[in-house]
Amino acid sequence: MVTLAPPPPASGIRSPGLPPGTRAPDLGLPATPDGRRITLADVNGSPVVLIFYPGDFTPVCTNELGLFNELMPVLGQFGAKVFGISCDSLWSHIAFAKELHIQIPLLSDFHPKGEVSRRYNVHREDVGICERALYVIDGKGVIYWSYVSPIELNPGADGVIDALERLTGKQMEFLTFQPQQQPPQPEART
Amino acid sequence: MSRLRRDVDANDWAKGPADAPVTLLEYGDFECPFCGRAAWELKRLESAVGERVRFVFRHFPLTQLHPHALLAAEAAEAAGAQGKFWEMHDMLFQNQQNLEAPALLTYAADLGLDMGRFTRDLQEHRSLPKVQRDFIEGVRSGVNGTPTFFINGERHNGAYTAEALLAAIEQRAGPHIEPMTGLPWEGDRVPRMGRPQSRM
Repeated sequence: MVTLAPPPPASGIRSPGLPPGTRAPDLGLPATPDGRRITLADVNGSPVVLIFYPGDFTPVCTNELGLFNELMPVLGQFGAKVFGISCDSLWSHIAFAKELHIQIPLLSDFHPKGEVSRRYNVHREDVGICERALYVIDGKGVIYWSYVSPIELNPGADGVIDALERLTGKQMEFLTFQPQQQPPQPEART
Repeated sequence: MSRLRRDVDANDWAKGPADAPVTLLEYGDFECPFCGRAAWELKRLESAVGERVRFVFRHFPLTQLHPHALLAAEAAEAAGAQGKFWEMHDMLFQNQQNLEAPALLTYAADLGLDMGRFTRDLQEHRSLPKVQRDFIEGVRSGVNGTPTFFINGERHNGAYTAEALLAAIEQRAGPHIEPMTGLPWEGDRVPRMGRPQSRM
C-alpha cells in the first residue's frame, strides 16, 4: 500500500507565541459542531485552554487531540473551557471531530486565514499553518501560561495540568473512567 | 525533557533483571494499532538485547478512541494476577481486531487461567484503579499518545522501530552497556505479531 503524505513543515519553532501576563487576544471564530462563533467574553470567569495545532488529520495532531479529548473530564475538574484551533475549514474540523470522536470544540481560523493565530504570534506565514502551541488563560482574560512546542513534537498535557493546578489552587483528582464495555457474564463462557 | 514521575516498582509488570542497566518502559493501549506494531518491534529488540534491558509495560487506554482498550487492559491485569501478564499482553496484541468480552474469555481459557477467578476479576473491575493510576501518572509524566516510551525514566521522542530504540538505548546507557548483537531481520527468529509464526 502506498501511503500518501505531503512534505512536513520545517521542524522546530518559527513563531514564539505570547508570554504570560499578556492580555489574551480575542477569538471570534466559528467552532464545531454547529459553526457558532466563540469569543473569550463567552467564557469569562473560567480558565481557558487553547490548543493551537497545525492541521486536522496530521499524525502528531491526531495523537495530541486524542489525548486532550481523553482528558476532558480532568480539565473539567478545574472548570476549564478547552478549544482546539487550526487554520482548517469548519468542514474539515467536523470530519476530524467525527473521525476521532473529539468532543473538544474545534475553532476554525480559516477566514480571514490565520488571523487569530497571528494575534497569538503562532502563525507560520510561509506555509499558512499555526505552530503547535498551548495557552492557559485565566478567568480575567490574561495569559497565565504558554508553551510553543517544536512542531513535530506532541507536547503532552502535563504542562497544561500543572498550570491549571497553580492557577486554581486545586489538585487534580483521580479520573474515573466509565467502563464502555460490559464485562463478560459467567454464562457467556463457552 | 519529560521524565517519569514514578519509578518502576513492584506494582509494575517488568520482564528482565531488575538490575539491568537499561529500563525501557512503554505506556500502551491494547487496541492501538501503533502499539501493536511496537509490540512486534519490541520482540525483535528483546531477542537482540537479551538480559541487558528490562521491559516494563504500563497502561494508557485511550477510551474515547478505542472502546475495547479499557477492558483489554483489565484482562491483562486479571491474567497477571494469575502469573500470565506477558502471555496475555502478547495474546491481546496479536488479536487487536478482536477484543470483545467473549474473545477475552477465549484467550484466558487458551492460557489455561482459572476462568471463575478471571471472570470475577473483570466483573468486579478489580484492576480498574491500577489502570487508571497508570493513565494519570502517564499524563503527568508527559505521555503524549500511544505508544510512549521512557528509557531510564526519560521520554523517548524518536521512532519506535527496534533499530531506533536500540540506538537510543545505546546512546543513553553509554559505557554501562556492552555493544549489542545485531537485530534480527523482520520475520527472522521472532514470531511476527498478528501473523502466524513462520516455520523455524
